[in-house]
Amino acid sequence: MSSLAYALRARPRASWIPAAWRQPLAIVGIVIAAAWIVIAIFAPLIAPDDPLAQTFTPAAGPSWHHLFGTDELGRDVFSRVISGSRVSLPIAVTLVALAATIGSIVGAVAGYFRGVVDGILMRSTDLVFAFPPIILAMVVAAVLGRGLFNAALAIVVVAWPSYARVVRGLVLSVGDSEYVQSARLLGASSRRTLVRDVLPNVAGPVFVLATLDLANAILLLSGLSFLGLGAQPPKAEWGSMVAEGTQYFQWWWIGTFPGLAIFTVVLAFNFLGDSLRDVFDPRTARRDAEVEP
Amino acid sequence: MRFVLRRLVALVFLSIGITAVAFVLTQLVPSNAAATNLGEQAAGDPAAVKAFDQHYGLNHPLPVRYLIYLDHLVHGDLGQSSVTHDAVTHDLGQFIPATAELALYSILFAAIVGIVFGTIAALRRNRPADHALRVLSLAGISMPTFWIALVALYVGFYELGWFPGAGRLNPGVNPPPSVTGLYTIDALIAGEFGLFWQALHSLILPALVLAAFNVSLLTRFTRSAVLEVIGNDYVRAARAKGLPERIVVVRYILRAALPSVVTVLGLVFANVLTGAVLVEKIFSWPGIGQYAYEAAVNLDVPAIAGVSIFVAVVYVTINFIVDVLYGVIDPRIRIT
Repeated sequence: MSSLAYALRARPRASWIPAAWRQPLAIVGIVIAAAWIVIAIFAPLIAPDDPLAQTFTPAAGPSWHHLFGTDELGRDVFSRVISGSRVSLPIAVTLVALAATIGSIVGAVAGYFRGVVDGILMRSTDLVFAFPPIILAMVVAAVLGRGLFNAALAIVVVAWPSYARVVRGLVLSVGDSEYVQSARLLGASSRRTLVRDVLPNVAGPVFVLATLDLANAILLLSGLSFLGLGAQPPKAEWGSMVAEGTQYFQWWWIGTFPGLAIFTVVLAFNFLGDSLRDVFDPRTARRDAEVEP
Repeated sequence: MRFVLRRLVALVFLSIGITAVAFVLTQLVPSNAAATNLGEQAAGDPAAVKAFDQHYGLNHPLPVRYLIYLDHLVHGDLGQSSVTHDAVTHDLGQFIPATAELALYSILFAAIVGIVFGTIAALRRNRPADHALRVLSLAGISMPTFWIALVALYVGFYELGWFPGAGRLNPGVNPPPSVTGLYTIDALIAGEFGLFWQALHSLILPALVLAAFNVSLLTRFTRSAVLEVIGNDYVRAARAKGLPERIVVVRYILRAALPSVVTVLGLVFANVLTGAVLVEKIFSWPGIGQYAYEAAVNLDVPAIAGVSIFVAVVYVTINFIVDVLYGVIDPRIRIT
């Protein structure tokens, strides 16, 4: 750890990719996330059964024939968990990308123009932040109408302001920094300073935020589906599968395995995001170079 | 003082903004308010519909309707829930204590465990205990609350039978005479210890489930707060004097580190609320989360608006208090 902090301090422009590899949690996170992405891509090949096909052996416990057992309608829980990765992962990635894009544009505009524009845009982020995320997401999802698409849209509504704030702060501080000022003085075009000097400093933190947000997005999306506001039956979505599990909780396998799937995916992104945050900003998380007992 | 005043003004404007957002959002619901609120019979009666529309100003354009809503709000009228057919303010009064009690015990537990864990992690920095707690706290924020609830219910209620599975008291038991609305406290006031144990017993499982996320959060915050002060000279001096480690940790390190942990209170509250929506559904806990959920899925417009305004205003008020406390702790903040 301290060698990492030292390396970053000695070479401020050092590439962060090798540094990330020195974080064991980051590697574990990448491996789990990669495994889930592979599972999602090859889901139809991995899943032994059709996730929607009902059999005549409902509520059967885990066995060699049905690894995770069958649910109350006799559907193979293992196949449903596998196919659920094709729902949660792509939607979460898309909605986080959308929120990050919208938020970054708003933040950049606010930080660049400042003044009244800045005031209006930032007050609107305050308004979104005034609501606990699940309350606002739940209300927006309910008002738009139940369904996965609307649930994802509701999460975008609650997710974009954090990007706006971070990007605004960065654009303000980078714009004022001496190296950007001197680049301008040397006659670099505003486009050049934006691309060469401002953007690289904004991209890192936004990337870290997006990785951690991916974890939140999957939790929130499955939470909305759990409440019945997201995916609708019979779709194999992890959150709604856990909801079915709560109705038949004496058959523990129906809800436990989809929940475990959510847990592992979210854990992977949290491992990754937490490690990346250390790499990008050694000051915040794990200060150890400066404190010795 | 000027700092507090400025934040207070911001709080008032933010609260007005909250009512506007909640109002506009709920106006997007495609429904016939008179029909859902009055029921079939009355909705067929033009006079009743007219009176209803008049009272809530439904025949006016949106901005006027918003002002009318605000006027009612100021006079403590949030309208009538179309599901419970009671005043929304009455409903809120019914449902808030259940969540308040749950939140109280959950936050208390999370604070104790989180501060202990965080202190251990900081004192054992970069040793196995620290790494283990880091993994544990990341796991804590990665587990879906509704899933922990399901597993807890299966193990604690179905398999072991140690805890009741639903509700605040056993079925058929009357709550203690209401003073605070918190059953454990009311039972103690009434001197009914059996009822106190029963209420506490019902609380344990949902409160623990709700605490998982906040234990992780507080562990991480306490860890960095302790690391912030641990290298200071006065800590070194205390050790050099030969004071026992216990006294150094409690009197010198924690006393300096803990005030800054107060700043996560807003986040802790948001987490409890998020958890409450999910946990209350599973444990059939008659709280504000359950009410918000029922309002949302039934598109109960006055209830949605009322509950989201209430929750958001409490949330920003907590953040305001945190801001002020933080300003007291760290005077540098007051300038920004």
